[in-house]
Amino acid sequence: MELVSPGIGLIFWMTLSFGLVLFLLRKFAWKPIMKALHEREANIDAAIHAADKAREEMEALKFSNEQLLREAKEERDALLRDARKVREAMLEDAKSRAKEEAERILESARAGIEFEKMAAMTDLQNQLAQLSIEIAEKILREELSDKHRQEAFISRLMKDIKIN
Amino acid sequence: MNNLKHRGLYSFFFILTGILTLVSARDVSASPGDTHHEGQQQEFNAGRMIVDHIIDSHEWHILSIGHTHLSIPLPVILWHEGKLDVFMSSKFHHGHEAYKGYMISPEGEHKGKIVRTKEGLAEEDAAASLPLDFSVTRNVLSLFISVVLLLVIFISIARRYQKNRDEAPRGLQSLLEPLILFIRDEIALPSIGPAKYERYMPYLLTLFFFIFFNNLMGLIPFFPGGANLTGNIAVTMVLALFTFVITTFSGNRAYWMHIVNAPGVPWWLKIPVPLMPLVELIGVFTKPFVLMVRLFANITAGHIIMLGFISLIFIFGNISAGLGYGVSVISIAFAIFMTLLEMLVAFIQAFVFTLLSALYFGMATEDHGHAAHEAKH
Repeated sequence: MELVSPGIGLIFWMTLSFGLVLFLLRKFAWKPIMKALHEREANIDAAIHAADKAREEMEALKFSNEQLLREAKEERDALLRDARKVREAMLEDAKSRAKEEAERILESARAGIEFEKMAAMTDLQNQLAQLSIEIAEKILREELSDKHRQEAFISRLMKDIKIN
Repeated sequence: MNNLKHRGLYSFFFILTGILTLVSARDVSASPGDTHHEGQQQEFNAGRMIVDHIIDSHEWHILSIGHTHLSIPLPVILWHEGKLDVFMSSKFHHGHEAYKGYMISPEGEHKGKIVRTKEGLAEEDAAASLPLDFSVTRNVLSLFISVVLLLVIFISIARRYQKNRDEAPRGLQSLLEPLILFIRDEIALPSIGPAKYERYMPYLLTLFFFIFFNNLMGLIPFFPGGANLTGNIAVTMVLALFTFVITTFSGNRAYWMHIVNAPGVPWWLKIPVPLMPLVELIGVFTKPFVLMVRLFANITAGHIIMLGFISLIFIFGNISAGLGYGVSVISIAFAIFMTLLEMLVAFIQAFVFTLLSALYFGMATEDHGHAAHEAKH
């Protein structure tokens, strides 16, 4: 029955060897291996996470880029629209201002003409009055050459004054 | 890449199986020669040949050609009545002679063991006590070889891990890494739990690879394999004792309370007759016992069946040479099949031993195990 009766020698050597191999492998093999495996797994996890994050960021970036582009386009459109509006407004303004100016110039010209006309009229009147006075003087001188006529005239003037 | 690896593995197995089977046949064919000393050609005794191959021996028999035995003598270390004797087993001349008052008992109760001889005679002294035998036997040498192999392989792999951090594993490292990960992720983590598994990883890994390597080495029929190490009850006993001691020392309060006062059991099973505590206590010892017997029986049975198939060739060969050749075809076919099966068994038994050890550690360290256990049901 040697098959099922454990021998002391083998038990001794087995305990010694297995204990030793357990101790040595634990210290020099399993700890570094387990540590390296852990680290590698952690690294792989981290790398996958980083890649995921990068992809998300890329997507966000792409999205924001698109948004930026869209916004820029919108802004450009708005700017163009504004510019057009401004141009139109400026044109309109310039036109109206030109018209006003023209009118103003016309007005002033008209006023100048009127003034000149008036001045000319006044001058004419003055000259006319001067002439009339001179004519009247000449006439009066002619008429009042004799005494009789002078008296008749004075009396008529006197009559006029009385009536007044 | 994956395909290539598989093909490599398959071809490795096929070549190995081929060698195993061929050499098994050669090895066994030499065995009848062992009985030559008794004078003439004896009838081939399959039972005796098989037992000789699976038990331990003081020399490592490689082969015999006719009357020439080729074997490696191993040191005999004996402790008897305060006296240490060390000499080579070749002094026994394959068990035919006595030396220094010792001999290998040829028959009887102590057959195969080293016993004291009667003064000046080459006869067993039944009255004398047995010397304590610390010899480096075939199994011990095989144990040393496997220990060196384990140390060399795993320390070199550990170096690779330290040197090539974050690099993909290659070579031997990539062959063994899946096994290491398998033990961690499929055995230790589910059995012990993520909080405590790391403490037990070195033991579980050493246990698994020790059993697995020795199982495989036992399948190689020639030196340095061929010793039935994991099929030896002393070896499995020591392994089971390691598991038992670790389990016992890692047992927490919940574990011992469960043994003394198993929850969910009617009180009258505990008081006045402590039936359940007794059953639980027996369970503590049967667990390692079963571990011991399972590994021993599986590996020994595998060896016996394999040797049995090869023996058939010689049994029939003794009847007639032609019959022997005819049977050899069938025998070798079966032996190849068995070798493949034994490779599977080599893995499964290493796995089962490791898994059960991990489960026992898990039970011993589980926090308020029963509350959680019952909540689940």
